[in-house]
Amino acid sequence: MPSTPSLMDTLFQRSLEDLIKGLRLHNPGPPTSNFIEKNIQEIKKEIKSTDLNTKSIALQKLTYLHSIYSINMSNWASFHAIELTSSPFFGHKKIGYLAVTMSFCDTNEVLLLMVNQLRKDLGSPCEFEVSLALETIGIVINQELAVNLIDHVFVLISSSKSFVRKKAIVTLLRVFEVYPDGIKVCFKRLVENLENGDGGCLSASVGVFCELAMRDVKLCLPLAPEFYKVLVECRNNWVLIKVLKVFGKLAELEPRLGKKLVEPVCEHLRSNGAKSVVFECVRTIVSCLSEFEYALKLAVEKIREFLVDDDPNLKYLGLQGLSIVSRKCLWAVVENKDAVIKSLSDADVNIKSEALRLVMAMVSEDNVTEICKVLISYAIKSDPEFCNEILAAILLNCGSNVYELIIDFDWYVSLLGEMARIQHCQKGEEIENQLIDIGMRVKDVRPELVRVGRDLLIDPALLGNPFIHRILSAAAWLCGEYVQFSKNPFEVMEALLQPRTNLLPASIRAVYIHSALKVLSFCLHSYLLPNETDSYWVDSDSGEAYLPSESEILGTSNPSAVKVDQIYEQRDLSLEERRSSIENGLNTNVAHEQSSSSVPLKQDLFTEQSIKNLLALVETALQPLSGSHEVEIQERVCNVLGLIEMMQGELPNSVVQGGENIEMGESKASDIIRVVHDAFSEDLGPISSSSQERVPLPDGLLLEENLDNLDKICGEIELPMSTSFSLGRPASDEHDTGSLFNNHDKDESELSKESTSLLTEHRKRHGLYYLSSDKKEVVSDYYPPANEPKTQSNDNDVTEDLVKLTEQSFLPKKKPNQVKARPKVVKLDEGDGGIPSVIKKTESTDNAISGAVPIPLSQEVIPSDKLSSNVKGKEKLHIGQSFESNEHTANVDNSELDTSRSKRSKKHKERKHRSSGKTAEERDKNGVEDKQKSGHHHTRHKARHRADADLKVVAQTPVIPDFLL
Amino acid sequence: MGIRFILMVNKQGQTRLAQYYEYLTIEQRRALEGEIVRKCLARNEQQCSFVEHRNYKIVYRRYASLFFLVGVDNEENELAILEFIHLLVETMDRHFGNVCELDIMFHLEKAHFMLEEMVMNGCIVETSKSNILGPIQLMDKAS
Repeated sequence: MPSTPSLMDTLFQRSLEDLIKGLRLHNPGPPTSNFIEKNIQEIKKEIKSTDLNTKSIALQKLTYLHSIYSINMSNWASFHAIELTSSPFFGHKKIGYLAVTMSFCDTNEVLLLMVNQLRKDLGSPCEFEVSLALETIGIVINQELAVNLIDHVFVLISSSKSFVRKKAIVTLLRVFEVYPDGIKVCFKRLVENLENGDGGCLSASVGVFCELAMRDVKLCLPLAPEFYKVLVECRNNWVLIKVLKVFGKLAELEPRLGKKLVEPVCEHLRSNGAKSVVFECVRTIVSCLSEFEYALKLAVEKIREFLVDDDPNLKYLGLQGLSIVSRKCLWAVVENKDAVIKSLSDADVNIKSEALRLVMAMVSEDNVTEICKVLISYAIKSDPEFCNEILAAILLNCGSNVYELIIDFDWYVSLLGEMARIQHCQKGEEIENQLIDIGMRVKDVRPELVRVGRDLLIDPALLGNPFIHRILSAAAWLCGEYVQFSKNPFEVMEALLQPRTNLLPASIRAVYIHSALKVLSFCLHSYLLPNETDSYWVDSDSGEAYLPSESEILGTSNPSAVKVDQIYEQRDLSLEERRSSIENGLNTNVAHEQSSSSVPLKQDLFTEQSIKNLLALVETALQPLSGSHEVEIQERVCNVLGLIEMMQGELPNSVVQGGENIEMGESKASDIIRVVHDAFSEDLGPISSSSQERVPLPDGLLLEENLDNLDKICGEIELPMSTSFSLGRPASDEHDTGSLFNNHDKDESELSKESTSLLTEHRKRHGLYYLSSDKKEVVSDYYPPANEPKTQSNDNDVTEDLVKLTEQSFLPKKKPNQVKARPKVVKLDEGDGGIPSVIKKTESTDNAISGAVPIPLSQEVIPSDKLSSNVKGKEKLHIGQSFESNEHTANVDNSELDTSRSKRSKKHKERKHRSSGKTAEERDKNGVEDKQKSGHHHTRHKARHRADADLKVVAQTPVIPDFLL
Repeated sequence: MGIRFILMVNKQGQTRLAQYYEYLTIEQRRALEGEIVRKCLARNEQQCSFVEHRNYKIVYRRYASLFFLVGVDNEENELAILEFIHLLVETMDRHFGNVCELDIMFHLEKAHFMLEEMVMNGCIVETSKSNILGPIQLMDKAS
C-alpha cells in the first residue's frame, strides 16, 4: 500500500493552480528546480491513484511542467494518459488527450493501446470527443494507425457537422503523409468539399490541397478550374493566399495557365486592401507571371510602395519581392535603386542584408566601380558586423569567376588597399589572397599593386591592427616580389624594417624579412649591373609600355614600340643566348659584366652612398633578430645578413681601394648578386588545381609500385634525416650525368672559392651531415639534407642533384643509365612545368574556365607552407624542366596560346597583353631561374653560418635608429 | 505544413506556451526555444518582425510583456501569420477580457484549446472568433 496515495493525499492534493502559484513564489534556478522535483515525486504518487479525478489533476500538472519546464513525461506517464482518455467524463478525457498530443511521438509503443479508444471516440455522437480524437490522430499518426483509422476518418469528411468535417479534412493531410495510398480513396470527397464546402471546410480543404501541391503538383493540376472558381469568388483572405500559392505551383507546371490567371490576380492586387494578399499576388506575379508585362509593372509598383513604407515589415518584404524579380528582370531593381541603397543604412540588420544582396545583384562591369564606392562608404559608417558583411560581399562578387567583373584592375587593387584601412575590416585573409592572386594573374596591375602595397607598408598605424596583418603580409610579399616596379625601393625597405614590425606574428614577419631580401638584392643588382637590369625588365615584361616608373628609375630606353612578334623573336634569341652562355660557363657573362660595370651609372637612385646606407640600415635593423627564437625569422634574417656580409666584403673594395680592385671586386659581387637576383626574378603564376592530373604518365613509371627499393638507394647514404631531400644520390652517378651540368659546376666552383672555403669549414663542423664519399670536386659531390647549409655557388649542383633525384624516385627500377633515362624525365617534367603554365594562362584569360586555384610555386608566397614536403616536391618537378624543356614547350605553347586567344572576349584586353607577352619568355626564365632559385634556398645556410661571425662585428653597432618615416 | 510551432515567451525569455506541430525531442525543443528567444528578443521596435532561423522563418510580435513567436515554412506568407497572431491575441482578449501573461499561465489548457480550434496540423482552420470560442464557452458552462 505505500505506493498508492491515501485519502489524505487525495483530499489535500495540490491543484494545477497551487502548482503554478508555488512556481511563481520560487526564484528561478535551483529553488525552482527543487520545487519541481518535489512536485514530480508527488505527481508520481498521485498518478497511480485509482481515483480518476486525482489522476487527472496529477496528469494536468505534469503536462504543464512538461510543456513549460521541459520535464520528460513520455517514459513513465504515457500509460496513465491513455487510461484517462477512456474516462467517461469529458474533462478527464480532455486532459488525457492533451497530455498525449503534447508528449507523444509517432513511435511511442503504447500508441497501439489507443487504437480502440480513438476508433470509439471517432464514432462518438459528441462532436467535441470526435474533435479530440481527430486532433490526436493528426499528431501521433503512424502507418499502423493510419491503416486502422483511415476508414473512420474518411466517413467523417462527409459528416453533417461542419465542425467535425473541417477537422477531419485537415487530419487527412497527416494520414496521407504516412499512408499515401489513402489519397486515391479520399480525393473525390476532398474535391467535393472544395466545391461546396462552407467557410471552415473550404479553408481546410484549400489548406490541404496547398500542402499536397507543395509535394506533388501534378496531383492538383486537374483541379485548376475549381481553384480558379475559389480565386475569383472567395472573399476569405486566408483562403485566397493559399489558392494563390497553389496557382504559383501550377503555373510552373502548366505555363498556359498564366494567361487565365493574370487577370484575377491583378484584380486582387488592385482591389484587395489586405497587405498580405497584395504581397501574395506580387509574389505570384514576379515568380511565375513575369512574362505579362503590365502585371509585372503593377507588381513592381506595389513593391515600390512597400519599399518606401515606414513599416519595416513591408520594407523587408518589398526587398524580398525585389530579389525574386531580380532573377528574371533586373530593371525592376535598378528602377528602385535609391530605395534599396537607402535601406543599407536601415536600423534592421535583416533589411540591410537583404538590401546588400540586391545591390550585389545589380553589379555589372559597367557599374561595379560606383557600386563599390557606395558600398565602401556605407561600410565605413556601419557597425562592425555589417561592415564585414559588405566587405565580404564585395570581395566575393568582384573575385568571382577569376575577377570576371573587373576591367580596371588598378582601381580594384586600390580598392582592396582602401578596405584594409577601414576600421572594422576583418577580411584580412580574403584580401590577402586576392592581392596575391591578382599579382600572379594580372601582370599589368603589378605597378599599382606595389604602389598600394607600399602605401600600406609605410603606415605604421596599420601594424597595430591584428586583423589586417594578413593584408600587410600580402603587401610585403608584393613589394618584394615585384620590387622592380617600385618608385623607391629604399623607402620600401625602410617600411619593411620599421621597428613596429615587432607587432607582427612571426610568420608574417618572416615574409617581411624575406621581402627585404628581395628588395636588397634588387637594389644591389640595379646598382652593380644597371645594364643587365634593364635588359631583364624589358625582357620579362615583354616590352610593354606600362613601365614608365621603372624606365624613369633605370633610365633605359624602353622598346615599347616593338611589336609582339618581334618580342617573341627577341625572346627566342635571348633564350638562345642565355642557354649558350650557361653552357659555356660564365666566362661570357663575366666579360659582359666587366664591360658593363665600366659603363657609368645612369640612375641617381642607386648611388654608392645610397647602397651603403641601405646595407647599414638592413644590418642594424636585422642584426638583433638573428638570435630570434622563431626559426622562420632567424633563418631569413641570417640569409639577409649573410648576403650583406658577402657584399660588404666586395663593395668597399671597389670604393675604398679604388682603381685596381674595382673590376675584380665588382665582378664577384655582381656574380653573387646576379645569382641571387635571378633566383627572385622568376615569375610566379597560378596553377590549375588539376594540372597534376594532366601530367602524362611516362613509360615505365609505376605510380602504384611499392617503394621498397627506396631503402636500397638511401642505404648507401648515411643521413640521419629522412626528408625527401635526404634521398641523395649514389656517388657513382656523378659521371653519368649530362655534361650540361658539370660544366657549370666547374665554372661556378671556380668562381666562388670563397664560398667553397666556407663550405669546407662548415663541413668540418658538421661532418655528420655530409656524404662519406669524398670526391675531388667537393662542391658537386655533397648533398645536403633539407635544412643543411649550402652555398649559392652550388646551385647548379643542387639542380643536378634534384634532377637526378626525380629520376631516381620516378624510375626506381631503371638502371642508372642516365643518358637513356633523361629524355623520359624531360618529357615528364615538360608536362609538369610546361603544360600547367599554359593552362594557367588560358584560365586566367579565358574566364569560362573557373576553378583555377592558385598554388604558389615558391615558398615565399605562403610562409606557413614553407617546410611542407609539398613545396619541396613542387620544386623538384619544376627544376627538371630547367634546361631541357625549353625548346620542346615553346611550340606547344604558342599554339595553345592562339586557341586561348581566340576564345577571349574583347573586354579582357589587359589579360590578353599579359598572356601574349608572357608565355615563351617565361619558359625561358623558368629554365634558368628556377634552377637558381632552388639553389638560393640553400644560401641561407651559409648565411647563417656566417652570421655567427657577424655577431661580434655588429656588437659595436650604434643604437637602432627609428626608421619611421 | 505551414505553421511548425507557436511559442509565447515573456520578455525575460521564459516560455509561457509552446505548441509544436512536428515532433521534436525535449532537448531539441529547449535548444530551439533558447536560440529563437535570444535572436528575437534582442530586436527592437524599429526592426522588422521576420527572422530567418535554421530552416524556419520566424514571425513574431510583441504584445505588452509577451512575445508571440510563430515558426513557419519558408513558403508561408509572413503578413498572414502576423494577422494570425493578432487574431489569436484578439480571441484571447475576448475570452479572458484584457488578456495578460498571468491568464495564459493559469489557463494554459484553455489557451491550448483555442489554438487547437484555430490551427490543426499546421493549417489554419478557423478564423472566426465566435467559432473558436464556442466550444470553450460550452465546456465552461458544462463544468
